[in-house]
Amino acid sequence: MPHIIEVADLTKVYRMGRVSVPALRGINLAVEPGEFLAVVGPSGSGKSTLFYVIGGLTSPTSGRACIDGQDLSQMSDAERTRLRKRTIGFVFQKFNLLPTLTAAENIGIARDIAGNRNFDRVHFDEILRLLGIGDRLSHKPFALSGGEQQRVAIARALANSPKILLADEPTGNLDTQNSQTVLQMLKDLNRRLGQTILMITHNPGAGTFCAHRTVHMRDGRIVEP
Amino acid sequence: MVNRLVWQNLLHRPIRTLLSVTAVAVEITLILTVVGLSHGMLEESARRTRGVGADIIVRPSTSQAAMGLSSAELNEKLQDKLASMPRVEMATGTTVYLLTSNFQTITGVDLAGFSRMCGGLKYVAGGPFEQPFDAIIDEVWAKEKNVTVGQNMQIWNRNFRIVGIVEPGKLSRVFIPIATMQDLMGWRGKLSQIYLKLRNPDDTATIIGELKQLLPGYYIYSMAEFTSLISINSYPALGTFIRVVIGLAVTIGFLVVMLSMYTAILERTREIGILKSLGASRLYIVGIVIRETLVLTLLGIGAGIALSHGAKGVIQQYFPILTVSLHREWWLWAGLIAVGGGMLGALYPAARAARQDPIAALAYE
Repeated sequence: MPHIIEVADLTKVYRMGRVSVPALRGINLAVEPGEFLAVVGPSGSGKSTLFYVIGGLTSPTSGRACIDGQDLSQMSDAERTRLRKRTIGFVFQKFNLLPTLTAAENIGIARDIAGNRNFDRVHFDEILRLLGIGDRLSHKPFALSGGEQQRVAIARALANSPKILLADEPTGNLDTQNSQTVLQMLKDLNRRLGQTILMITHNPGAGTFCAHRTVHMRDGRIVEP
Repeated sequence: MVNRLVWQNLLHRPIRTLLSVTAVAVEITLILTVVGLSHGMLEESARRTRGVGADIIVRPSTSQAAMGLSSAELNEKLQDKLASMPRVEMATGTTVYLLTSNFQTITGVDLAGFSRMCGGLKYVAGGPFEQPFDAIIDEVWAKEKNVTVGQNMQIWNRNFRIVGIVEPGKLSRVFIPIATMQDLMGWRGKLSQIYLKLRNPDDTATIIGELKQLLPGYYIYSMAEFTSLISINSYPALGTFIRVVIGLAVTIGFLVVMLSMYTAILERTREIGILKSLGASRLYIVGIVIRETLVLTLLGIGAGIALSHGAKGVIQQYFPILTVSLHREWWLWAGLIAVGGGMLGALYPAARAARQDPIAALAYE
């Protein structure tokens, strides 16, 4: 089966004035469809940069990063933007819901941006049921708990049935109980719906709890645990 | 959905929205009021000129088209000569002095002749001249100056007694005896212009042709042509003034919209990052900013039209001598000008928003 994520010799160097800061120093990684991969590492290990490169939010400096067969390193900014619409769903540590819209509207805007006319209502209702937020959709983010906001963010990320769900520290802003709930939900989405998930976390326990496989990063490289 | 986002953004910062709408409303009000005042005054002047009831007007070669006069260059004998032409029913001359303070005129008339031509002044109080230093004013002037019959008014540092108040619509707002005006202004035997009434108005073109032969170099117009000249085009300085005011108004609208949208974009940096992470293209982001600006501008235009009607009411209440005409055609023009200014103001914030780096935007606190 072809890999849905395939990263080879990937580097990313940030330039800050005259100083070059290497964030990724030759990453090699492959993820199969339906796999749940956890990328674990401390702050500054480059895991967020890897998240941004794989998510098409920034371009790599060198190497290859193929998402669903499309090489991000060869794509323009506009092409990467198109890729983000339908192929990738993001979940962030800080939820990143639009504060002026209700939960339902936050989900709706993702569909609007993607121009999704073939919306699978039944499939999405199943996601909402799994996430348990069906009765919270008319509320704005300020009226939702952190756990509820993150579940809405997950629903939004899945609104266009993306092939990959990228989660960056999805429990980083949650208490223990809500963290456990969100991790369980990600696990359920992967197990029941076959959703490919790549989760970035600094917490090895989170990876162990829900991922099929965990890779460790330090100083911009994948290392042995 | 994007409309919902735009609307919610506007409601999220009601004071900023209100200020932006108010700025556009002031822009619209300025444009409509200045244009309305200019057009209104000229239209009113044309209406009163038509009220003379003449078919032809003869002005000296030194006069400037439809501009007001403060001179008398025509020989008084010309009036009798013109009146004696076979197809001319009557001729009456007037002297005119333009008050530069309010663009109104003081008109010297031979009351009997002028009344015959215009069908008679309709007195609402008092009556015709009795003495050389009597004045007749119209109701608008009486209201503006808060004067009535029996009171004195100062003209050229002379006391004139108000003997009559008439309905407006006949040439001028202030009439004095022509002989008095000729004496005071040193225009004895001279007239500013002569009005002709024809036995058959259908002969107007023919008579004008004859008069042009007879009086080469004189300005001779049918009244329809003459009143059509009473327009902004005949007053280059007024046109320039209007353009300057419109330019200032557009600048105000442009700056406020730009500032408002720029601060909105800065405040929503993170939200722009969120939209970009969802796959929003640059065009989509620009579309949001443009739609938001459009809503602000349209609300401002609506408020501005309402406000300009309020301004018209206030002007007419406190300055009845001023006439404001709010033509619907100018609603459209003012609206287009405001939308254009608003869009220009939104361009930079929209471009800045579209260029945001999604990672930097998502990290924005």
